[in-house]
Parts: sequence; structure tokens; C-alpha cells
Amino acid sequence: MAPEPLTATQDRGIDIIGALRNAVLTGLLAFVLFLPLIGFQTVTNMRGDLVLNTRWGLLFSIVAVIVGARFAYAVMLAPWLTRRKNRPLTLAPSPWRDFAGKWIVPFAIGFAIVYPFVVVGTVGFGGAVKWIDNFGIQILIYVMLGWGLNIVVGLAGLLDLGYVAFYAVGAYSYALLAKEFGLSFWILLPLAGILSSFWGILLGFPVLRLRGDYLAIVTLAFGEIIRLVLINWVDLTNGYAGISGIPRPTFFGIPFNANDDGFAAVFGLEFTPVYRTIFLYYLILALAFLTAFVTIRLRRLPVGRAWEALREDEIACRSLGINTTNTKLTAFATGAMFAGFAGSFFAARQGFISPDSFTFLESASIVAIVVLGGMGSQIGVAVAALVMVGGTELMRDLDFLKAIFGPTFDPTQYRMLLFGFAMVLIMVWRPRGLISTREPTVFLKERKTISADLVGQGHG
Amino acid sequence: MEVFLQQLINGVTLGSIYGLIAIGYTMVFGIIGMVNFAHGDVFMVSAFIALIAFLILTSWLGLTSIALALLIVLIVAMIFTAVVNWMIERLAYRPLRGSFRLAPLISAIGMSIFLMNFVQVSQGPRNKSIPPMVQGDFVLLDRNDFAVTLSLKQLVIWGVTAVLLIAFWYLVAKTRLGRAQRACEQDRKMAALVGVDVDRTISITFVIAAALAAVAGTMYLMYYGVVSFADGFVPGVKAFTAAVLGGIGSLPGAVIGGILIGLIETMWSAYFSIDYKDVAAFSVLAITLIFLPQGLFGRPDVEKV
Repeated sequence: MAPEPLTATQDRGIDIIGALRNAVLTGLLAFVLFLPLIGFQTVTNMRGDLVLNTRWGLLFSIVAVIVGARFAYAVMLAPWLTRRKNRPLTLAPSPWRDFAGKWIVPFAIGFAIVYPFVVVGTVGFGGAVKWIDNFGIQILIYVMLGWGLNIVVGLAGLLDLGYVAFYAVGAYSYALLAKEFGLSFWILLPLAGILSSFWGILLGFPVLRLRGDYLAIVTLAFGEIIRLVLINWVDLTNGYAGISGIPRPTFFGIPFNANDDGFAAVFGLEFTPVYRTIFLYYLILALAFLTAFVTIRLRRLPVGRAWEALREDEIACRSLGINTTNTKLTAFATGAMFAGFAGSFFAARQGFISPDSFTFLESASIVAIVVLGGMGSQIGVAVAALVMVGGTELMRDLDFLKAIFGPTFDPTQYRMLLFGFAMVLIMVWRPRGLISTREPTVFLKERKTISADLVGQGHG
Repeated sequence: MEVFLQQLINGVTLGSIYGLIAIGYTMVFGIIGMVNFAHGDVFMVSAFIALIAFLILTSWLGLTSIALALLIVLIVAMIFTAVVNWMIERLAYRPLRGSFRLAPLISAIGMSIFLMNFVQVSQGPRNKSIPPMVQGDFVLLDRNDFAVTLSLKQLVIWGVTAVLLIAFWYLVAKTRLGRAQRACEQDRKMAALVGVDVDRTISITFVIAAALAAVAGTMYLMYYGVVSFADGFVPGVKAFTAAVLGGIGSLPGAVIGGILIGLIETMWSAYFSIDYKDVAAFSVLAITLIFLPQGLFGRPDVEKV
């Protein structure tokens, strides 16, 4: 697949022969690539032995699709991309972009606030729980986690692959303290945050000297250690079985149940489970806004500026007399605190937690959301969470695919497959994330948005 | 004493497998400075390829000679895994060369998730177990009702690892390709200036890394007789630990690190707690990186402004 010389393609128009040759080569490669794992399937037969089935049909259709796509790319997309690349750059400001830039955030916030009512108004009380819970709350949890991790990764430039450990600390703090001591959600929410940030400092201390990839791997190791301890310390955490029957949060002491002192009865409404879902939705929305607000304010404080300076160049930072130890620890602690809040919310929402919810995959998803959204960009992170989490949740509802691929087709098992694929694809397409511009907080005379490509990335 | 000897044998066997995977990490890190997060999953994919090749040979073609079957499985797994890793490098890492530092790492994490789920979807989520390929034990020592045994499959693993390491060492130390590789490792720009095809050299590095991972995968399948789609992550992290412990970028370091990790894991299981054996491995990783970031045989990382 040597790149075709550009001049030749421009002179002769579309090079059909070359495209065909490329497509056939790609097809051969795809055939070799997929032959073992798609062509053959290992299944256990009635006697319990492993036998092979062949799937030639599937193999050849996949190869055919790849050949077709490669050919179409070479014939149609590639010339267009070349033309696009060669066209003169225009730097004229587009009025549409200015308008969108100004109004998109207020609109998104407004939409997030009215979302439950829109859902209830559209599908009624019956189907609302699914839409508010699966989409609203689920996405907002990841938005909040993304914003929390954004402090560590996006602002301070410390890649943390074990963020889910703090999420787990928050969840288990709430679950255990609420069950053992009967404390209320509103007392335990800050307490979970404090405990998580304490763990953030504890785990942050030893890794202070590390940077970049090494830091990422050590945080990954810490995350796994915490998960393994949660699994094996059965006396405290009940191991794999997890903790169930975690008390649900109350509306200032009024529980959400069908009793006479329940929320519906007190306010003279008819009981439905939707009220609790809506309440939880606003709770996580408030927590997410809190995270965003604190981050925005912190960026303007000396500590926030120190974080960003640290991200850009650690050595310069130290030369200027910034205490890098404290700066890194505050970033870890602040990020961990928000993970703790989110964790205790998660435990309260599920009513059940187990170590399965805190795997490395979870950490990787959060990091993916932050990096794909554009490190340091709040809007980017929210958009990435919406696309990645909302997209994978949407996969659950694609029942019409069953009509195409047969009744045994289960779209949910392709969720993580596509998630991983999307991660690679977005990284290759836009390595700096979806929103890669940076808004400087300190500026001389005039505020300018700068492309992240122009900013040197330190060792971070 | 008997338990110790037995665990020594088991640990070195396990360590050889880790060492083979660790070479992949250390080579890739040495040449492009990236933690190839998907390498553990490449190892898992190779074990599946070996499994399928083994099933084709024994149940379809009716091959009865296990030694021949094992040899063919090894070669087939090495070739196919090499193609897979070559393709991964081409699609997911090469476009990101010269991008900011974390980009390839994120891409590799995505690749790791993709590979794991690809195998889960295409081969099913259940454990795949096969009847033991190689049987036979040698009793080395029989005292106090505890027999220290060395099984034939352990011997095979030692032998195959040793032979391949020698071949590989020859490749890196004595051939033109190895020289190009070491040149790229030291200074990629300078190597390109003196006429080394950097892209090709990096591709070949991935191919070699995958071939060694495939050897590890085949040995893993033969040793345990069972493989599942999730088996890539933990061995991958342990092999990475081995690479770090030996000093990342150092090839003998990776092998010695692998054997050390294998020994730590088996000794920990025998004398402390088998539940926490992964915690031990992860702790070694953290402790090494914090206190000895250059590893046992690595060069210290000099910070330049």
C-alpha cells in the first residue's frame, strides 16, 4: 500500500488500475488477518470437547466489504481529500461558528435541565425511567467522571489510568458507612469525597517522581491493587458478591417509596418510580455542574495556573519556584474527590455494588472520554461522554438489526468492540481530541484561542 | 526445601513465558518510546490462533505426532500473529508517530479493548480448553512424601525459549537488521539520515515482537491447556512489569525480569497467599517504577532541557 504519487493522480484523474490493485492487496491481507479468528470458530460439542466450525460465508463477506470499502476510498474519497488538502486555507471568521460558539453551551445546559420533562412529556411516565436512567444519568455520571479526571489529565497533564480506584473508594465508603452506621446520603457524600481525596494523596505521594507513560502504568497498578483488595477482603467488602441493599438517598429526609410518608404521598402525587429517577437525575446534574464550576474557578486561581504550567513544562515550572509536589498532589486530590462524589452517587443509584463495576476497562473509558474530547476542554469532554456512552447505550436498542442479521444477533455484545474501535479511529483522525483549541486563562492584552498543535506539550 | 525447589521450577517456566512477552514491550518501547498496551492482547490472540491451528491439525488432518504438530502450530501462530501486529502498527500507531506523547498510548488502549472484544465476539466468551498436548513427568526428588517433578512440557518451554532467545539475540546483535534497529533506538533522525528505513525497521520490530508473543502464546496454551479472551490483560501487565524490572530497552533485562516476576509470583503463591499473587506482581511494578525506574539493566533516563 505505497502511497500513490500525488502528481500522477492529479494529472490522470482517478487511477482505477492502482485502486483495483490496492483493493485486491487489502483483500488478501484482510483474508489472512481474519482467517483464523473469523474463518474458524471453536465451540464445545455435546461431549464437552472443543471442535471447530467454519464460517466461510462470514469470512468472505467481511473480506468483500473491506475490498469494496478500500476501492471506494481510493476512487472517491482519496481524490476529494487531496483536493481539500490542496485548496488554499481561508482564515475568514465564519459567522455561523461564532454564533454556535456563543450559544451552544447555554443551550446544552438548558436542555440538560429540561430533559426529564421532555422525556416524561414524550413517552409518559411508563417509559421515562429507561430514558432518564440509561441515557441521562448514565451519561452524566461519565460527564462528571470525565470532568473530574480532566483536572488530573487535562489540566495537570498527569495521565491517570487508575482513576476508577477513587470512584470505587467513594462507592464503597458510602455503601459500607450507610449500611453499618445508617448515616444519611447527604452526610456521606462529602465524607466519601474526603476519603477519596485522602486516597488520592496517599497514592499520589509515591508516584510524584514519575512522568508520562510510567505514571500511567503505576496508577494502573494501583487501580488494580485496590480492585483486587476489594475482591479478596471478603470480611469487609463481601468479595465478588458485592454489597446489596444500599440505602437510597432521600429528598431532605422524605424517602421515595409508596408509603404514606413517601415523596408522592407528601406532595399529594400519584406514586410512580419516575420521581426517584428524576431526583437522581438532578442530583447528578448538580454534582456534574459543581465539578465543572469548581474546575473553571480553580483554573483562575494560582493553583490552577500552576497545574497548567506543570502540564506544559515541568522543568520550567520548577525553575520558577513552583512547588511541584504540592501542585501534583492537589491535582490528584481534587480529581479523586470528584470521583468519590460520583462513586457515592453511583452506589446510591444502583443500590448494589461489586468489584466488577470498577475494572480497568472503566478507567480506560474515562481516560478515553477525556482524551478524545480534547484534554482540558470541558465542552469536549461532555461531547465525548455523550457520544461514547450514549452511543454504546444506544446499541442496546437497535432491535431492527435483528431483522437483518437474524434473531440470534445481539447488538450489545458489540458495544465494547465498537468502543475500542472508535477510540483508535478518533485518535488517528484527531490525535488532539475533538476540541483541541485551548482558552488561555492568562493573556497579554488580547484573548486568543490557540490551537493545541501550537502548544508544546511538556513531559507531563 | 522440596516446595521451594518445585516452585523454582514452576517459576522459571512461568517466567520464560513472561520474558518472551516482555521482549516485545521492551523492543517497542526502545524503538518508539511507547508502551504498547495492546501487546498482552496480541499474546492472547496468538494463543487463540495456536488453539485453532492445533485443532485443525489434530481433529481434521489427524496428525498424531505431537512434536510435529507443536512445531507447525508454533510456526503458524508466529506467522499469523506477526501479520496481525504488523497491521496494528500500520493502522493504529504509524499515523500517530510524531504526535503528542500520549496519543499512541491511548490508541494502544483502544486497540487492546478492540482485540479483547473481537476475540470475545468471534470465538465466544467461554474458556476454551483442550486435552493436554504433552504428557510425562520426571521425578527429580522424592522425600518426605513430596515429589519434586519436572514435567515434559516445562522442559519443552525451557528448550523452545532458550533456542528462540539465542536466534533472536543473533538477529539483533549480528545482522544488518539488528544494527538498523539499534540505530533507530539510539537516534531515529540520525538513523534516517544515514539511510536506515525507519518505518520499515519499526514495522519489523513489531513483527518480531509479535512472533515472540506468539511463542509465548503457544507455550501458554500447551502449559495450561485453557485460554479465554480475557487472558491477555494480566499476563500483559506482568510482562510489562518484567520489562520495567529488567530495565526497559534492555533485552537480557527483559528475560531476567520475566524470570524474576515468575519466581516472585510462584513463591508468593506458595508461601503467602494465592489470592494476592496478582497484587504482589502489581506491587513489584509500582515499587520498581518508583524506586528503580531505570530497572536492573537499563540506562538511567537523563533529563534534558
